[in-house]
Parts: sequence; C-alpha cells; structure tokens
Amino acid sequence: MPSFVITEKCDGCKGGDKTACMYICPNDLMVLEPNEMKAYNQEPDQCWECFSCVKICPTQAIEVRGYADFVPLGSSIMPMLGTEDVMWTCKFRNGTIKRFKFPIRTTAEGAANAYLDLVGKDLDSELLSTQEADGYEMPKPLATV
Amino acid sequence: MALPNKPLGELKAVRDPEVEEREVDILIVGGGMAACGTAFEQKKWSPDAKILLCDKAAMERSGAVAQGLSAINTYIGENTPDDYVRMVRNDLMGIVREDLIFDLGCFVDDSVFLFEEWGLPMWKLSDDGKKMDGKKGLKMGTLKEGATPVRTGKWQIMINGESYKRIVAEAAKLALGDDNILERVFIVELLLDANEENRIAGAVGFSVRENKVYIIKCNTMMVACGGAVNIYQPRSVGEGKGRAWYPVWNAGSTYTMCMKVGAELTMMENRFTPSRYKDGYGPVGAWFLLFKAKTLNGLGEGYVGSEAAQAELQKYAPYGTAAITPTCLRNHLMIFEMKEGRGPIMMDTVTALKDLGASVSKKEFKALESEAWENFLDMTCGQANLWCGTNTEPDKKNSEIMPTEPYLLGSHSGCCGLWTSGPDYDWVPEEYKIRYKDKVYNRMTTVNGLFTSGDGVGASGHKFSSGSHAEGRMCAKSMARFVRDNADFKPTISQSNEELVDLVYKPVRLFLEHCDYTTAIDINPEYLKPEGMMYRLMKATHEYGAGTATYYQTSTKSLEMVMDMLLMMREDCEKLAAGDLHELMRAWEIEHRIWTVESHLRHIQFRKETRYPGFYYQADYPGQDDENWFCFVNSKYDPKAKEWDIFKKDYIKIIPD
Repeated sequence: MPSFVITEKCDGCKGGDKTACMYICPNDLMVLEPNEMKAYNQEPDQCWECFSCVKICPTQAIEVRGYADFVPLGSSIMPMLGTEDVMWTCKFRNGTIKRFKFPIRTTAEGAANAYLDLVGKDLDSELLSTQEADGYEMPKPLATV
Repeated sequence: MALPNKPLGELKAVRDPEVEEREVDILIVGGGMAACGTAFEQKKWSPDAKILLCDKAAMERSGAVAQGLSAINTYIGENTPDDYVRMVRNDLMGIVREDLIFDLGCFVDDSVFLFEEWGLPMWKLSDDGKKMDGKKGLKMGTLKEGATPVRTGKWQIMINGESYKRIVAEAAKLALGDDNILERVFIVELLLDANEENRIAGAVGFSVRENKVYIIKCNTMMVACGGAVNIYQPRSVGEGKGRAWYPVWNAGSTYTMCMKVGAELTMMENRFTPSRYKDGYGPVGAWFLLFKAKTLNGLGEGYVGSEAAQAELQKYAPYGTAAITPTCLRNHLMIFEMKEGRGPIMMDTVTALKDLGASVSKKEFKALESEAWENFLDMTCGQANLWCGTNTEPDKKNSEIMPTEPYLLGSHSGCCGLWTSGPDYDWVPEEYKIRYKDKVYNRMTTVNGLFTSGDGVGASGHKFSSGSHAEGRMCAKSMARFVRDNADFKPTISQSNEELVDLVYKPVRLFLEHCDYTTAIDINPEYLKPEGMMYRLMKATHEYGAGTATYYQTSTKSLEMVMDMLLMMREDCEKLAAGDLHELMRAWEIEHRIWTVESHLRHIQFRKETRYPGFYYQADYPGQDDENWFCFVNSKYDPKAKEWDIFKKDYIKIIPD
C-alpha cells in the first residue's frame, strides 16, 4: 500500500527544521522536491506501508492507497497519532466504517528513563547494569547433560 | 521534454564526495532493537569511551520494529531459561547453540522491565481474569513487581505496541547522546587492521543525505543490521513487493559485511518462510493462540489433525511427533495439502469468533473485535487495509493464509547468522568459547574485536524484539571489557582514503562516466542499475534456489546452476551504477543481498539432507539424516585468498530433554 502525498496539503514542512516524512521513512523513500516544496514517494514498490510518514506528517498530507496488485480500490485506513493513543478510521470498500482507539504509551514523550547516572560496578561479571543494581542472581542450568 | 538520461533522485551524487574521518573506541553499526540495547547499556560500562552509532535510517522508526508490534514474543517470567532452550531446540529441529539461548534467557526479562518503565503499555490480567491494557494495565502493578501479563502462549505477552520502537529508541538516544549518533549513514564495508591478523579496525560508509563518505576507525565494533529480505522473488511482484513480511530494508548487511572480513557463519542454510495472511502478511500468532482459530483446507477440513497429516508428521519423528509441532513442519503440512490439490488454506476466523462470542457479553465481543484489528494495526497496517478493501470482517468471512517467500534471519523463528562466543561459564563447552589473548568475549565473532547481536547471532533463534535488545546490551558489556583489556590498540587501515572513497562511490563514478552515452538512463551497456540486479537475483533464487516457484524445492543440479549465476552476479556488481544517493544505497544493498544469498545456498548445497522440511527441500536428499548431519554447518570466506571454506562443527548438547 504505497503512501502518496496530497499536493494541496503538503507544504514541504517549510516552517519546520526538517521534512518530517523524509526524516522518518525507514526505507528512504520520501523525498522533497525543492522547487515545488512538495514531498513524494520515490519508490512506491519498496513501501512497507509502515505508516511512519502518515503518522508524522504535520499537515495530514500523506495517505496510502492499497497495493495495485492485490487490494481492490475504495478502502482506506487512517491513523491519528496522539501522545497517549492512536485513533484509526478504517473505511471498507462497501462503505462500512470502523473506528478504533489503542493506547501507545503510558509515560510522557521524552520521559523514558535512560538511567544516565547509573554506572556499572563489576565489569567482569555478566550482569547488566540494571540487574547489578537490583541484586539479580544469575541463573545456572538446573541440570546439564 | 528532455531526454530521460539524467539522474532521477532529488539528492544527486557527485564524483568526489567530502570525506569525514573518525576514530572511536566503540562503533555500533545498526539502529534497530539490538543496537538500541547496546546504545542504552554502553555508557554504563564505558563512561569515558568514545562511542559512535551509525544507522542507515532514523532510530525512531528503524529496524524490524519500526511499524510497531502487538506482542513481545520472548518473556521468560514464570518459566525457566532451561525450558526456553528446550522450546527453541525443538522448533529448530534439534541443532542450536544451547549456551547462547540459555544465556539470553537470563537477560531478556530485564529489557522487558525497562520497556514497561519507559512507557510501553503491557496487557495484564486482573484478579478476576480480565484483560487490562494501556494505563489500566499499570493498575495491576508492573511485570517487574510480579504483575501477571496476558500470555497468548507460554512465552508471548500482549502489548499495545504501536510506539514500541519510538519508546526504545528514545531511551537509547538519551543514554548515548545525540552527538554520538549518525543517522542516515549506511556502513557498507568493514576494515581489518593493517598490522594485526584477523583484527577489526574500522568501517566505511556514506551519508544518504549528503555527498560524504565516512571512514571510521575503532577498537571494537558491533554489527546488527537485521536479516535479509527481498532476496527471493516475492509472491507479489508489483507495488506489493514492498509488503514483505520482514522489513523490506533488511539487506543482509550484517552477514555480508562480517563474512567479507572473514567472520565464520553458522547455519546459513536455515531460513524462515512464515505462514501468514496471504498478500497482506498480517500476523497469525494471536489468531492461533489468543482467538483459538483453526486452519481449514480447501475442502473445509481441519487438515492438521487428519490421518494423512499425522502420517506425514511421522516421517519426521522425533520432531514431527513432539508435543508442539515445529514451525517448519506446520508449514510442511500446509504445503502438503496445497500440493495434493486441497488448497487454499483458510484461517477459520468466523468459527473462532463465534465460539468466543458465545461465552461473552456484547460489550466483551466488541472488545474482542477491537483486539483482532489492533493485532494488525499495531504491526501490519496494510493487512487491515486489505481486509477493508476486500470487505472482510473476520466474524463474517474467513481469510486465506499462505507460506511466504524465504527470509534469512537469526532472531525470529530462524537461526542463520554468525558463529559467536558463548559466555565464559564453566558449564559452557570450550568449543563454544572464542578467546582473544586468552580472554573470552561473549557474542564476539571469530574476527577479533567484532561483535554481533539480534539477527546477527546464528544458531540461536526465537529472541524476537526483547531478546535482540537484551543481546545488544550483553554485547555492550563485552565490548566495554574488550576496550579495557585492549586499551593500547591503535587501529591502522591499509587502504588510503582515496581507495576507500573509490570503493564506496564506484557506482556513482561509473554512472557519471557513462550516463550520456545512451538516451535513457536505465539502459546502458556500460552499467547496470541496482533495480535490474535485484530482479536478476530474485529470478535466480526463485527458480533454482528453493523459492516459491518450486514449492521450496531445489536439487543438486539446480544448486550447481544457481551458483554459476551468482558468480556472474558478483562479477556484474562491479558494473552497478547510481545517479543519486538513494540509488547508491540500493547498489550497496543488492551487493549485500547477493553475498548473503550465496552463503545461504552454499550451506544448503553442503548439508546433504533436508533438515527443515516446510522451509526448503533438497530433492536429492529428502528427510533428515541425523547420523551424518546432526551438526552445525559453518563456513568462512577468506578475504585474502577470496575463497570459501565450508565444514561441519560439532553440536554439543547441554540441557537434558
């Protein structure tokens, strides 16, 4: 299901510090055409349909159209990524619409504890830093051959 | 209209890129789950070391978990690492590195605990047996505090995982620091030390955003760039080619880069051809385990329990008759039905939901439906759209399932990869330890100073996302020790900067030299575009290398023929051309894919039995031959002599049955 960019909605992220879709695409597919200041998918048949570009686009200019070789026309699925949830609207070819809301994280964005002050003590043990701090005891096989 | 003989992409490549040299103690190549584990852990053990991480993409959404996941498939919890070894061993038909698997089982839960602390929502069971997801799950306490997860199987736990990778990458980037991370830098070749034999000294790569080549010297390095995808012709060959089951950007870079500097590979004959929802490749695990769905053949029969199927499994005893049928044999049964003309195979979602619905309220049924959709929307959005496009509501219409094209990987239900050292415990056989100057370094390859994790470590499957992260952390500790023990090492690279630039930018230079010769950019007798080479590789593997064209069957003669084709492909890679930076990335990816596939097929050629029926069949050697082949197959490419050596390596059983 290759992503596509709606000409009218894309402003090339000109107000931002980076072109969001180009920044995020794991397969380097989204590129900015600098004269028109619009993005496009340069290799649609290598699109994994991961929706990373759709989710990150600040102007909701990116959607996806089902792969021509096996998805009948007329359906769409669209995410709205919030800070705690993602809302999906799934539209069927026959017009049926289903909406779902799923949690995505339980902490504030940027709040992941990187344990910046944690320094490991015994480099010659096998314990990882947090295991060492917790006093974890390394298991051994209960029996060996 | 101008003649179409100009470069296509927006970021044009130039003949002479800028060169940036770096020298670090520790180089991390990759940005997926494993590399994020290393990034999180490294400074805890190497606070003063110079560390650099290079990711081909952006860590926030790179690697196999970019899209998200709906489950964590390895959480030991109430089980033992011993049982974890038994499960993996049986699923992979007996031949695995039990030391590596047990070891991983001792660390994996610690990473799962961190994920939950960082904000990844885990489903919990309430005291009255209700599923609690999102923040509700936290009311039951954390997994670390002993809360009960929602298990779909013995080892799997359910999560709300849309942002799984974003959360894990956030912690990794914070821990390592933005100054120590280069995104959109594709490392393409590793470099050995000029003075010391078999010693890693650096790597070379390029930016896919600006014309710049990076030459990086290091004391030690971890390479974790995932498995190999789009190496066989996929079942969808148009736009749907991108809808690979595993991430389409995994180019075999881990195996090829390490192989080319002489690192020993193991079990490269192993592959994974998962059975998934046809075309959309949506996950089936939750349907089998959570919704208790069954598969039907084209006649509407539950073929798995049929007499014919049981008789077929008998042929592959003891694996076929074990309590849990190994993944490859479950595929085998499906292929057996299809070949007998009893396809297509359908997932009976209608009956499953009807049965579940009979015992729950309307509200609870609505929640079940939502769970079914979340399963897709968290990790395979396209499958949800395929259901929408085909008007498929799972309680009203069944969906077809099908084994996919082959993939190579070491972290999911496959086990190809590099031969690495196990941990230095007394219960680990000496044959499984790799020493450098008398010291053992866990997860080091046979090249001194070169480590790997995740999809890179061979003979140790079923790590999945959590295990890959934990293994990356284990590597961090090993590398910290390695740097401490070898602090006086000064990496020396034998090639000049100009030689390295010429190596990396060769496709650009070739392109610029010849592109004006013809009027169309892609057709030129002096060069070949990466896309053309990709199709050549896919056609050859599809037809001769046990692809879907032959129901995964190959033969001695077919292998001989495909080897000739691969030789010429490698020669023709010298003629790859790239007009822009994206295409230069594709040129290097296809080079990596070809080498990886060659090692895969060399291993299949060497192993004169069919160890994994359902994944591939060697027609001249059907069935398992435990007497002669209950061993690892390892191979090594000699970078000086440019020759392959392939040989048996003893399997040593550690954990009793």
